[in-house]
Amino acid sequence: MIGLQHYLTVSAILFVMGVFGIFLNRKNVIIILMAIELILLSVNLNLVAFSAYLQDLVGQVFAMFVLTVAAGEAAIGLAILVIYFRGRGTISVDDINRMKG
Amino acid sequence: MGTELIQTIAFYLFASLVIASGALTIVARNPVHSVLWLILAFFNAAGLMLLVGAEFIAMLLVIVYVGAVAVLFLFVVMMLDIDFAELRAGFAQYLPFGMLLVIVLAAEMIFAVAAWNAGGVEFAQRLAPTPSEVPNIQALGTLIYTRYLYIFEGAGLVLLVALIGAIVLTHRKRGDVRVQNVTRQNMRRPEEAIRKVDAPVGQGVQL
Repeated sequence: MIGLQHYLTVSAILFVMGVFGIFLNRKNVIIILMAIELILLSVNLNLVAFSAYLQDLVGQVFAMFVLTVAAGEAAIGLAILVIYFRGRGTISVDDINRMKG
Repeated sequence: MGTELIQTIAFYLFASLVIASGALTIVARNPVHSVLWLILAFFNAAGLMLLVGAEFIAMLLVIVYVGAVAVLFLFVVMMLDIDFAELRAGFAQYLPFGMLLVIVLAAEMIFAVAAWNAGGVEFAQRLAPTPSEVPNIQALGTLIYTRYLYIFEGAGLVLLVALIGAIVLTHRKRGDVRVQNVTRQNMRRPEEAIRKVDAPVGQGVQL
């Protein structure tokens, strides 16, 4: 079996990649949402790796919960994006502070 | 020895592909390409999970992420008419500082993982030891539907709230279109819709 630390390293690199994506594309909300998905994926990878190496299934139950929350977050985020675009005609993050109500 | 080698090769293949496609997700010029790279990243992460024997979570990842979330992203990217070139304006400006910060963060995390020594693991303290004789999905199902039932129900509730929230947010009443009002149509009676006029010969009728 591959060592746990290999898994943790892959997951750390993936996490950092997601953070980097938020840095780079700070105007484009769609790419920011994708970067958040990458971060949550790395968290899931971490949970599953620990679950497998400790021979404890609870980690996988929590990975499932994280997956659910990620799916809900993507749906709500994209819905907000669609109504924002409908009202303003752009999705630039710079203008979001003008959102009221 | 043979399976060991295959496992190692598979791990490095999946790991390098998941990192490469993650990187391409955030730097791709075209958002549609970004979504496609994200799908590849999810597939390879599912492969990594399969390697440690978490089959159910791996399949869930493929079904939920590739089947639902990625398609949702693709749908929104294609539906909205956005000038993506304008949104990439600050890309090069943030690159050096972001790169520096990210390299420091990654180095710290990898050093911490490499130096990590948690001591002996208390295997007796485990909450749900993996049974060796039943398959992963059966063991997980037994656990989810008994001890973690409330968490499972909570997950369902989260999805329900997300569903209703997305509908409420994007639903709109349009004033400029004529819509069918079924109740009014059904309430309509002949007396109020038809008027009988006794038309005299040679004269017009005022309607």
